[in-house]
Amino acid sequence: MRAKVVELDPIACDGHGICHELLPERITLDDWGYPIIDRRPLTDDLLAHANRAVANCPVLALRLKTVELVIDERMRRGGRGAA
Amino acid sequence: MTMTLAQRERRAATAPTGLPRLLAGRPDLAGHLAAFGPLPPVAAEMQAMTARAGLTGRGGAGFPTHRKLEAVAGRRGPRVVVANGTEGEPLSAKDKTLLIQAPHLVLDGLDLAAQAVGASRRVICIERGNQAVYAAVCVALAERRDESVEVVVTPRRYVTGQEAALVDFIDGGPGRPTRERPFERGVGGRPTLVDNVETLAHLALIARFGPEWFRQVGSPGSPGSALITVGGRVDRPGVFEVAMGTPLSSVLQLAQAAPPRAVLLGGYFGRWIPARSARQLTLDAASLSAHGAAVGCGVVAVIDDDSCAVAELARVAAWYAHSSAGQCGACTWGLRDLAAATSALEAGSPDPRVTSDIQRWTAMVKGRGGCRLPDGAVAFLESGMEAFADEIAEHQAGRCRRRDHRLLPTPTPEAWG
Repeated sequence: MRAKVVELDPIACDGHGICHELLPERITLDDWGYPIIDRRPLTDDLLAHANRAVANCPVLALRLKTVELVIDERMRRGGRGAA
Repeated sequence: MTMTLAQRERRAATAPTGLPRLLAGRPDLAGHLAAFGPLPPVAAEMQAMTARAGLTGRGGAGFPTHRKLEAVAGRRGPRVVVANGTEGEPLSAKDKTLLIQAPHLVLDGLDLAAQAVGASRRVICIERGNQAVYAAVCVALAERRDESVEVVVTPRRYVTGQEAALVDFIDGGPGRPTRERPFERGVGGRPTLVDNVETLAHLALIARFGPEWFRQVGSPGSPGSALITVGGRVDRPGVFEVAMGTPLSSVLQLAQAAPPRAVLLGGYFGRWIPARSARQLTLDAASLSAHGAAVGCGVVAVIDDDSCAVAELARVAAWYAHSSAGQCGACTWGLRDLAAATSALEAGSPDPRVTSDIQRWTAMVKGRGGCRLPDGAVAFLESGMEAFADEIAEHQAGRCRRRDHRLLPTPTPEAWG
């Protein structure tokens, strides 16, 4: 099964923080205003928001990456699994 | 009795037994051939031989060398091989020692790697400020009548020794890490193999004496020998060639170390191991990984009861902050704040927020750089905070009576060009 995750180029990122405004469900900010990416797969309801976050990054530091999901029982039960 | 060069070469085809191996090398070409014999024509088998030998990279990451060879050999178009002798780790001296004592082993390895991956361009990188190393490499190339190896002198900055940063510098950039993966897009956009100079020197011996010979020394999981730099509170600091799997206590004995309070393993990119754990360790990937440690670039530094460790932590934290290329936010600002907090700790701040800030920021910057510089700072500080918890409490209470011996050097990195 395939899913999309958010991926950041930390070298390109200048910490504008727009991505956090648009996708707080997956992107928080650190103590210096730079995005911390939650790499859990994007659920369908978040895809449109994620695309907007990617499109609105002023330095094009964000992208969505397609990953192959390995279904893990622990993930189904709501734990934090790796994508 | 004197021998002709040809006689010496024939005699030397017998494989060296025991140790040293690399450090049995000689700076001059005649001495090199007398010690090891000529390079046999084995380039086509080099990948398979390296896999059987189980050689892993000696630059720090410890990645299997044959897999790096394969990754570049499998690519299309002209390829490049880079011998990385920059050795920006301030405690490490083994690559400089090797290049001065046995430059032809490294250059043999560079030639073999180039033939094995089909590279037409060969580059060797060394850091600015090491005249003896530069001279040894240039003289060796002249002796070999090889004018096509490019010698690149890099600025004194730790991060420029990182693979992608080195590629950036060779291509005329400032030498900052990039997002490119050199085996895909390296020097001149070509697939590029970047190997540490010690790794290449081992390749030159495996080509001559075979993978089974290589494995006669070391442990099954970590075969071969390694160059180790021992420093800190020791009477005989220096570079030693030891078998992988050697007990750490034997290495400390070689250097006549003071009874350790803790040992820094792998240099500034490594971890602090408290003495009680260090006693049981061997320089073997399996033994060390149980403690989250690795041989890394082969640095072992000793700190004893008399030495103030928190002063060392603070200086190295500042060195990390200065070493950042300033590209990634978490590294630029996170390492700056970690340095300030560690410095406050040393100065005896009783504020409990100082230690909680260090814990919060190490967790926050981990894994968030374009290269692994912030991860190195995190491993160094986290393991140091744990190993020296007692002394940290002394500092907070304003009663650390240990002396600052300035054991860990922290050279100021050159400004970015």
